[in-house]
Amino acid sequence: MAVRNPAFFDQLQRWFMTLPHCQVLGLEYVEADAGSVLLRLPYSEAIVGNPETGVVHGGAVTTLIDTASGTCIYTLFDAPESVATLDLRIDYLRPATAGVAVLCRAECYRLTSQIAFTRAVAYQDEREIAHGVGTFMRTQVGAA
Amino acid sequence: MTQSEMKHCWQLARENGDYSAVIVAIPYARTIGMQMAEQAGELRFTLPFAQSNVGNVLLPALHGGVIGGFLETAAVLTLLTSAETNAIPKVVDFSIDYLRSGRPVDLYGRCEIVRQGKRVANVLMTAWQDDLAKPVASARAHFLLS
Repeated sequence: MAVRNPAFFDQLQRWFMTLPHCQVLGLEYVEADAGSVLLRLPYSEAIVGNPETGVVHGGAVTTLIDTASGTCIYTLFDAPESVATLDLRIDYLRPATAGVAVLCRAECYRLTSQIAFTRAVAYQDEREIAHGVGTFMRTQVGAA
Repeated sequence: MTQSEMKHCWQLARENGDYSAVIVAIPYARTIGMQMAEQAGELRFTLPFAQSNVGNVLLPALHGGVIGGFLETAAVLTLLTSAETNAIPKVVDFSIDYLRSGRPVDLYGRCEIVRQGKRVANVLMTAWQDDLAKPVASARAHFLLS
């Protein structure tokens, strides 16, 4: 099923990818559907956490999962509104392989009038490296 | 960087109380620009405000992922300071509650090692800006130590 409001989502997704910290990490948008999104974190020296092994830092994976989880909620909105992360829990299943991009598929599996519930998987090729679950608060634009 | 270079780096830092070489050795920590220092017997972490850490340009606010990455790094560095080993602890799980948006000013962090066993450690982390009593985020994590 397609994204609810393609014009809004497309604009928003482009805007997300140009946010300063997303640019620093080089986050890329890959695809979206109603309730789900796929983002890509390219490998770069700047995000290495372990200088001995060259493995990507958990913090960069946290940002990837946070951004993907937040973004997927917008695929379900008919009209522009915004969300804020309430909490995020990440399980690091295995170390990432150095030199390889990390992909993240996030889905919003329940949307209520106030809260969005998300789950996400970060992986390299077929290997899952992290799982994330999050909750987000919906905020009407202009309400604050 | 090899294990022995890393070890040397830590020795110097402990002796001089200057941890900048340790931060430089961790590319991600350098990328977000975090700093660490000893203050009143505990480690205090600082993330000076940088435009490159912004995740919402309208508010503006720090990216939630940066706050998470900052705290996770702080926990790793706190464990490295207290542990005898110089192997970097591996994060098993990380859970963060976002309590307030991170305004475009400096962010501070501190960690509490709740329990440190032979193989696993549990760490609590807090991030705040002007007032420690008004935290921006609190987090907890488990790390494998061997």
